[in-house]
Amino acid sequence: MRIISIGMLWACLISNPITSLAQADSSAEIEQIRAELAAMRTDYEARIEALEKRLNTAEQEAVVAKQTVESVASRQAELAVQPAPAAAQGAGRSSNAFNPALGVIFQGQVWAYDNDPDDYMIPGFPLGGEAGPLPEGLALGETEINISANVDDKFTAWLTAPIAIEDGEAGIEIEEAWIETMMLPAGLTLRMGRHFANIGYLNEKHAHTWDFADQPLPYQAFLGGQYLDDGVGLRWLAPTDLYLEFSGEINRGANYPAGGAGRSGFGSYALHARTGGDIGFSHSWMAGLSYLQADADERASGSEDDPLYFTGESDLMMAEFVWKWAPNGNNRQRNFKFVAEYLWRNEDGFYNLPDGRILPYNTDQQGWYLQAVVQPFPRWRLGLRWDQLSSNEPGEVFNGTPLMPLADDPRRYSIMADWSNSEFSRLRLQYTYDQAGLEDDKQFGLQYIFSIGAHGAHAF
Amino acid sequence: MKNIMKKVVVTILFLLSPIMATADLKVFACEPEWAALAEEIGGKSVKANSATNALQDPHYIQARPSLISKVRRADLVICSGAQLEIGWLPMLLNKGSNPGVMPGNPGNFVASDYVKRLDVPSTVDRSQGDVHPLGNPHIQTNPRNILLIAEALATRMAELDAKNADIYHDGFEDFDQRWRAAISAWEERASSLRGKRVITHHKSWVYLEDWLGMEEVANLEPISGIPPTAGHLSSLLKRFGDDGADIIIHAPFQSEKASKWLSDRTGIPEIMLPLTVGGSDKASTLYSWFDDILDRLLGALQL
Repeated sequence: MRIISIGMLWACLISNPITSLAQADSSAEIEQIRAELAAMRTDYEARIEALEKRLNTAEQEAVVAKQTVESVASRQAELAVQPAPAAAQGAGRSSNAFNPALGVIFQGQVWAYDNDPDDYMIPGFPLGGEAGPLPEGLALGETEINISANVDDKFTAWLTAPIAIEDGEAGIEIEEAWIETMMLPAGLTLRMGRHFANIGYLNEKHAHTWDFADQPLPYQAFLGGQYLDDGVGLRWLAPTDLYLEFSGEINRGANYPAGGAGRSGFGSYALHARTGGDIGFSHSWMAGLSYLQADADERASGSEDDPLYFTGESDLMMAEFVWKWAPNGNNRQRNFKFVAEYLWRNEDGFYNLPDGRILPYNTDQQGWYLQAVVQPFPRWRLGLRWDQLSSNEPGEVFNGTPLMPLADDPRRYSIMADWSNSEFSRLRLQYTYDQAGLEDDKQFGLQYIFSIGAHGAHAF
Repeated sequence: MKNIMKKVVVTILFLLSPIMATADLKVFACEPEWAALAEEIGGKSVKANSATNALQDPHYIQARPSLISKVRRADLVICSGAQLEIGWLPMLLNKGSNPGVMPGNPGNFVASDYVKRLDVPSTVDRSQGDVHPLGNPHIQTNPRNILLIAEALATRMAELDAKNADIYHDGFEDFDQRWRAAISAWEERASSLRGKRVITHHKSWVYLEDWLGMEEVANLEPISGIPPTAGHLSSLLKRFGDDGADIIIHAPFQSEKASKWLSDRTGIPEIMLPLTVGGSDKASTLYSWFDDILDRLLGALQL
């Protein structure tokens, strides 16, 4: 239809000048006619373009109109309540409409210590991964870019790319990059890519959602802060009234507490079972058990200059419990949150010490924390945390090495207060009395967390 | 003998009744009004649960384990939409592992798609507070909106549960008739509310005001989503101290302190209005909820 009408237009355009051209006797006239012809052509092209645009718009509007049920439309007219055009209320029509949700999280802090945090160590628990005190003085925390969108009707994708500063250089990293299915039947969901392992309560939580500025001791000692790895995981949600979720995953085993991507790059696996529910309108709870088995191949920990290397197996059991309360379940005004986790670890293998000795090591260790956060009125929260570690003695041969625990269990007591102007901003003050390091330490921190752009919904 | 037979039949029917009464369509509603509406339309053939109750602020809900389990087994998820539930619903849908109720599928019904949304901002910036780019999501306070949504919902329910399509169709026709009659009655009763000037805690009532011709002159929140501050309240006191408004409204889940403070100093009457079904003792159904809204407004204004 459109092709025919354009063809006819051109036919008219061309036939008219040809007749006048035959009668022309001067080149000036020819020039004039050419100019007119060119002008007409531009004019018609512009008009055709305008017509095409109108046609496009009309087609799009027709599609939009079709989406609205006809009878609803007639009733709307009758009720004098008309929906605004769907397109006008929705996203624009440009190619930007498919841009993924984009959000940036800004974090920064200032910390003061009595002791030098560079010398920080917990005897018996050489720290690996990202564990350890936050930098002393003013420092930018992790600036995190979150990008997410549905890929199509069956897959969704998530990217967390922190801009981290290491040795004065800013670099972009990939913290999380995963794809998840949305179409599997029977309550199954498959996730693949780089992700925080689905173990414990805190391991999957992004730093901006933590209730304290740092991770509790057992996470620092046993998971390097947070266990992050490349892998694939499957979870199943049971079709029951009671929430029951089971998941299992296999990971590469590249990061602490795994190391060296052992077993040909299938170095760790994890299992997790979770349940939870409500008690009345005001209380809700969740409890879970998880297990992480990690193969460590020359895994480094302890001091950066003289690291210890562990080769062997790391088994970790975790029990989690979360209880939340809000009067009538109305979280906005007042709420209370209690979290407790117990972690038990056995590491069996060999330690390669800086002095060249290679010693067999088989030790059981435990860690736990209890924390409670209360929001007495909107915007303000107060929190208390007690975290502690405990270790069996690895044997006399380890005397004088960082693997020998002290007689007293490492522990800390923390108190925090935070203020949130909106869900997108938070300022936090934290004081920690640290009896985990070589010497007791008083630690003061002030932290900010701000979020711009899209902000995903938070898990329980 | 005949008597015994009768008893046996009755007993068998009695034993079978729970099986026959088994709901065919499991509805997960984000807010109580949509659960009530689904039940109005589907009667016994739906089993509707609401994720929130009338005493909870639907903006701020935890993605609780119990809700995840309910999403997992739902045939139909009904929510207000327009980003009202953005802080928790996406997490429930993601964790719920139920493809049928994911956005874009028939099992996902967004009520605000079927009404004209008010307060659609031309620009959005978080300095304006918790603004909703798709417009004000508290669409349920205009009963005309509810009728529009009811028809689209009945169509959707019939599509999902084809064997009971007639039930939903008849259910809607019945609701349509009764609801129209109710609207006429409400509009007649509320005619004296036209032009009344309203101060509300949050912008929860714009559709009610639009319906009844009332005028919203201020909010207790300095900007949307930010709790009332002392500074903002004293500026309101200055503005409305001298007969600047007729009534102050807050919802059950909003602290009444700010309303009371302003009411005490200005003499403007202050009331709680149920924002949804269950928000007050009287508001036990969709009908009695609007009855109660009008009772309370007319009572407070002594009209």
